[in-house]
Amino acid sequence: MLGTTIGASALAIILAGGALAQDQSIIVQSTTSTANSGLYDYLLPIFQDETGIQVNVVAVGTGQAIKNAENCDGDVLLVHAKAAEEKFVAAGFGTTRTDLMYNDFVIVGPAADPAAVSGMTDVQGALTKIAEAGALFASRGDDSGTHKKEVSLWADTSIDPTASSGDWYRETGSGMGATLNAGIGMGAYVMTDRATWINFGNRQDYVIEVQGDEDMFNQYGVIPINPAKCPAVNVDAAQTFADWLVSAKGQEVIAAYKIDDQQLFFPNAPDQ
Amino acid sequence: MVLSGDSDLLEIVVLSLRVSLTATAIACFIGLIVGALVAISRFRGRNALLILMNALMGLPPVVVGLLVYLHLSRSGPLGFLGLLYTPTAMILAQTILITPIIAALSRQILEDLHAEYAEQFRSLCLTRMQTIEALLWDARYSLLTVGLAGFGRAVAEVGAVIIVGGNIDHLTRVMTTAIALETSKGDLALALALGIILLVIALGVNAAVQSVRMTAARQAYV
Repeated sequence: MLGTTIGASALAIILAGGALAQDQSIIVQSTTSTANSGLYDYLLPIFQDETGIQVNVVAVGTGQAIKNAENCDGDVLLVHAKAAEEKFVAAGFGTTRTDLMYNDFVIVGPAADPAAVSGMTDVQGALTKIAEAGALFASRGDDSGTHKKEVSLWADTSIDPTASSGDWYRETGSGMGATLNAGIGMGAYVMTDRATWINFGNRQDYVIEVQGDEDMFNQYGVIPINPAKCPAVNVDAAQTFADWLVSAKGQEVIAAYKIDDQQLFFPNAPDQ
Repeated sequence: MVLSGDSDLLEIVVLSLRVSLTATAIACFIGLIVGALVAISRFRGRNALLILMNALMGLPPVVVGLLVYLHLSRSGPLGFLGLLYTPTAMILAQTILITPIIAALSRQILEDLHAEYAEQFRSLCLTRMQTIEALLWDARYSLLTVGLAGFGRAVAEVGAVIIVGGNIDHLTRVMTTAIALETSKGDLALALALGIILLVIALGVNAAVQSVRMTAARQAYV
């Protein structure tokens, strides 16, 4: 009797779950930067009004987003780590990858600027100065798009920061916002995408120290997940969303998103 | 958002309560039966089981979240159910998290009570089911506190629900994941305000249970 009761309640749970699933909804595996910047809150209602498709965003680091997508737990992938994205498509998990938009990375630091990097535009030079001064630097350390970018920038210098991990190089292993909170708490320099920084509420005396280097370009791409690998994908809705983002209308909406009169993302999808 | 008490906030609060109360109800159902059965039974390996039950009270939420994720993921064994990123997945994770707490605490209470009544039960020739019923009824007020301990753990955890729920706006966002999100946006004031609301909700649930208990106790003495 006990067994049947538990069985019945398990069944009830499953049925309740099934009833919640909507046909015209998709899951987007995305990065924290696009979500934390408020872009989706602005963009998704417009898309939903036009198409009636409900978009559910799971915002995690790029590394985790790609892994989740490889487990078929999503319909569209929207991240910023071109090399990893191309690998994802080459492995058959995604159908096509399209450039969507970009913003850029900046290095923020305390107003006191212990490594004297304020105003620099050469990012490798600035990182070298920070390392030589032994000034604290907080890294994401979480295999996210931002972390991959930071690692590649260090690789262009002759310094291996991980040799000083725990000393002046602090790997937080958490998201952008959490790393900013931690970095600001300990007075460390932090590399962040500009959109998250503009939208960040706990800046204290922190300012942008280093910006403007072309190497700090942050390209976002959009990839519908391949139904050949993941049969449960909502193919039509996923394609509709990806197509809309790179269409003239979608690109216009991305460009129109502003905080304090600052544009956060710059659309650069190839002409359709 | 906090002061105006807007509908977004209400939605998050209602989902938090729905998920954690449902998980507590299911966990009580399973946990009390397991706790009672173990309390009145003697068998080989019982001590090892007690240690295991007590140790599982310390299950880390993020590990539970990960295990549930791996099972419910579309590439996992239960992926065909399509439950990942739904409130049901969150209920499942919290149920797994708190069932051991309820089982272990109720086992201790019921065992102590059983030791007191053992002779009486034997003289009445009660069946095992009747013994369990009598013990559960007699210990009901202590067990309410056990349920509250489970609810408190469920409503306060963030590690499991953020993995299996995904913190999706208007779908799986609950109080704790909203607090984590606002913290990551650097909006510490809002995060703290949400934390205070969560505390007030926990207070409210505890006060409601307490008043039920007191009313029942008063009637019992009349």
